[in-house]
Amino acid sequence: MKLTRHLLRLLALLFSFALIAAACGGSDDSSDSGGDDSSSDSDADSDDSDGESSGGDTISIAIVAPSASDDLAFTQSMIDAIEALDRDVDLQITDGTFVVDDAAAAIRGYAVDGVDVVIAHGTQFGGSLAEIAPEFPEVTFIWGTSSDTQGLDNVFAYFPAADEGGYVNGVLAAAVTETGNIGVIGPVEAGDAVAYINGFEKGATDSGDVSVAITYTGSFSDVALMAEAAQAHLSNDVDVLTGSSQAVVGAVGVASENDIPWFGTQANQTSLDENLVVASQVYHWEVVLEEMLALRDAGTLGGEAFEVNLENGGLEIEFNDNFELPDGAREAADAAIEGIIDGSIDTGA
Amino acid sequence: MKRLLGASVPLLAALVAFLFGAIMLLAIGASPWEGLKALLDGAFGSGDRLAATAIKATPLVLVGAGITIAFRTSVVNIGGEGQIVAGALLSTSVALAVPDLPVIILVPLVLLAGLVGGAILGAIPGALKAYASVNEILSTIMLNIVMVQLMNYLLRGPLIDPLEVEAGTRIPQTERLSDNASLPNIVPGVRLHLGVLIAVLAAIAVYILLWRTPLGFRLRAVGHSPDAAKAAGINVKANVTTALALSGSLGGLAGAILVFGSEGQRMVTDGSSAGFTGSAGFNGIVAALFGNLHPLWTIPSSFLFGALLTGATNLQRVLQVPAPIAIAINGIVVVFVVSSGRLREKIDRMVEARAELDKPSAPNKPSSAQASGAEA
Amino acid sequence: MSDFFTMSILVATVASGIRLATPYLLAGLGETVGQKSGVLNLGVDGVMQLSAFFAYWTVLETDNLFLGSIVGVVVGIVMGVVYAVVTVVFQAQQGISGIGIFLFGLGFSDLMFRRQVGTPRPANQLPELPIPILSDIPVVGEALFEHSALTYLAFAMVPLLAFMLRSTTFGMNIRAVGENPQAADSLGVSVAWTRTFAILIGNAMAGLAGAALVLELGIFQPNLTAGLGFIAVALVYFGAWRPAGVMSGALLYGLVAAVVLQWKAQGIIPRGASDIAAMAPAVLTILALVILAGRVQAPSALTRPFSRH
Repeated sequence: MKLTRHLLRLLALLFSFALIAAACGGSDDSSDSGGDDSSSDSDADSDDSDGESSGGDTISIAIVAPSASDDLAFTQSMIDAIEALDRDVDLQITDGTFVVDDAAAAIRGYAVDGVDVVIAHGTQFGGSLAEIAPEFPEVTFIWGTSSDTQGLDNVFAYFPAADEGGYVNGVLAAAVTETGNIGVIGPVEAGDAVAYINGFEKGATDSGDVSVAITYTGSFSDVALMAEAAQAHLSNDVDVLTGSSQAVVGAVGVASENDIPWFGTQANQTSLDENLVVASQVYHWEVVLEEMLALRDAGTLGGEAFEVNLENGGLEIEFNDNFELPDGAREAADAAIEGIIDGSIDTGA
Repeated sequence: MKRLLGASVPLLAALVAFLFGAIMLLAIGASPWEGLKALLDGAFGSGDRLAATAIKATPLVLVGAGITIAFRTSVVNIGGEGQIVAGALLSTSVALAVPDLPVIILVPLVLLAGLVGGAILGAIPGALKAYASVNEILSTIMLNIVMVQLMNYLLRGPLIDPLEVEAGTRIPQTERLSDNASLPNIVPGVRLHLGVLIAVLAAIAVYILLWRTPLGFRLRAVGHSPDAAKAAGINVKANVTTALALSGSLGGLAGAILVFGSEGQRMVTDGSSAGFTGSAGFNGIVAALFGNLHPLWTIPSSFLFGALLTGATNLQRVLQVPAPIAIAINGIVVVFVVSSGRLREKIDRMVEARAELDKPSAPNKPSSAQASGAEA
Repeated sequence: MSDFFTMSILVATVASGIRLATPYLLAGLGETVGQKSGVLNLGVDGVMQLSAFFAYWTVLETDNLFLGSIVGVVVGIVMGVVYAVVTVVFQAQQGISGIGIFLFGLGFSDLMFRRQVGTPRPANQLPELPIPILSDIPVVGEALFEHSALTYLAFAMVPLLAFMLRSTTFGMNIRAVGENPQAADSLGVSVAWTRTFAILIGNAMAGLAGAALVLELGIFQPNLTAGLGFIAVALVYFGAWRPAGVMSGALLYGLVAAVVLQWKAQGIIPRGASDIAAMAPAVLTILALVILAGRVQAPSALTRPFSRH
């Protein structure tokens, strides 16, 4: 009796699925791609680049990314880069897929749809890509951050020399601090965050007698914990802060409240505080994307890894003009950039 | 006829839930029809997609079956996330330690390691509850937090891929694990691995355990009434610990299957447990309760949730709607369908009452008002 | 590297612990009221996220922190009405429907944020309101009496709720329907209405917890709570369904987290051990309960729907 009830309940649900499926099947005359529906406000259709287009065909690009496309950090840096490309792009976005299997399904789906280029914007997607890429030899996969292509010849890889911008930010921070104490907040001691933070530490300590205190909270997402980590730094006479990960927005709030200068990374974070964000290291992936697409046009679908760095313009330090730097700071930063480019400065990476 | 009337309630509930979803889709300017089509197409549209749905359902079946053991013993297990991670970490360590064993030995070995890892993490809250009166809801939630940090520590430290250190990229992931540990496909040409079969067998095993073995009898006796069980000479404390250990072991097995059935063939963290588990530790609870805490019903109910989850990914990809809308719709479906249960019982009762009025001689039926809820 | 045992550091650490504890306390107190009436609510985290978003959005648009807090509470109450309909009227399983509410809150707040705000933008933060006289007490004053209004409110709720549960008719009704709904019903207490009001109080406080969290930070992000609501539920068990007990749990959790952050900032905890140290609040909460735990029974009708038939 009870069992039949359960059975009925499940059957009912299955039945409802089937019903809907049948109903949909009936009206199934349109193609599968509702991609031009452009409902999401973060959608980057080709409108922006229409005027300045270098001509030629529209290229269809799909991106699968772990966080939101407007996160002011990792994912947004890539979306901005695609929008900045000098060609017509039909862009489709699947964001917020931090579960590797879900991302793999999306990557495969785009490849099946026949998209020209699929960007797998997360290191953790590499394993899935190694399985998927060989199945779709006509599709170019762009994967990062990674410094190798896993030997796949239709995969381009990209990675940032985050330590370089970190170093420059560190030099600036050493010039800005008055107490000689600089605070850094990171998520988990891994990946880009480590490169940025280690570069920052080296830049600061190379250019002055300052102490750099580094806190890894253990979470990429706990905004409140990041904020309190910043507070903990402040109670130790820290008067300059920086940090990495999407959760730093909480720490920037603490900086704002206490008039503490802040250094950003991954995207320009000036919008978080018009006056106190001194400078941000910004990733300009478009520099290497252009190279990859040019190679694709010439018939090479992958097989190369690209680094964005200060030298090729893929990394840029964007200053906030509202913040008045002390004398000589800008010059010191420029000298550091020059030194990194000509190799005379070791960022410790 | 009256059956049909009762059964139509959850169906209606599901339809109303999808109606809400449709309104949300309309509100952000997407077509609900296209949305449903994308959802169903993503879940059932092809052999590979069906396989993806089955693979998504696999950890839910295992966690769900484990949940039934715990709940039938009247202990709550919200520690699925931590138990999955524990099983994954132990099995990954084993595969890293002895990568060269032949497939026939290594695959069972990593699965066993998963079981053991999960069992350890289940036994801790079990023993804490039995011998130190620490509420298991508290300890399992807290242990989830502990395991996330342990995973992050191990994957960026002792277990990290040496190449990541060498290249300076320091991605918190292991090296590519031995192919000998990889779960073989059970259907040639379709990405449907052994783990799916193991999960179904495990759920059947849980059914047999609970209803066909002395241990299962003792567990259910403890679940029914600890005092009566004690009076009957059953060691309540040991059985509570056993229940949570068994429950955890299935979560751990799910963890091992997630690692060795994945395309990536390595363990990687994004700093959260959900990034690895896909929240299977929580979704498994929903699947188990949806299957009325019966291990066998957990199988189809997990499959349905697996379909919702895989369909949602496709929904986002095809319609370009933000991913969170799918999460919100899933929540609405859960709320509506679970709410419909009692309404259906009421309608059933009304129909029965009407029938009894028609036939006054019929004996009074006992009401079916017993709570079908878990003793959470 | 500075010294941990200096007054200014200790004061800052305690203040930080109290700030961290506030949302746990508000949400945990609300959950306590609900559970006392026999209703488990696993949806707290989702309710907090919804309230947090709407409170943040309100402040972003109006710059009115008071209005933002009210909106947080109202959103909590709206979700409370939904939860009451689901669990009291339809008598659905509480564990599973709570998770449904959680999923809805997680998804819908994220969706609304993307549609209405998009990129994180800073909003006004709750100001510190030093309490006159009390905040002038050396050391203690700065640590305890220079907080936001919502923090004071959270701690003021502890004796208020304890009194309500112990000594008012409504409180006794709540406990009665949580322990033995049949008996309460036969005495003429409306189980359905008592549970509904308990749920509304609980959700209103979860809403306030979301508002307190987001307005202290001044910024919203998808999944802002990062599981905070589930920890708040766990703390109800730590506190053995007593408001003061829940407060102890929230303070323990918040203070340990604050001490860990302080020791990391000072380099007392080496960088390589950052994740191990981050386990501390969870581990110490379990250990504390191992040492302190008595045989406290949950409300006996917890999670059991009541029906007269």
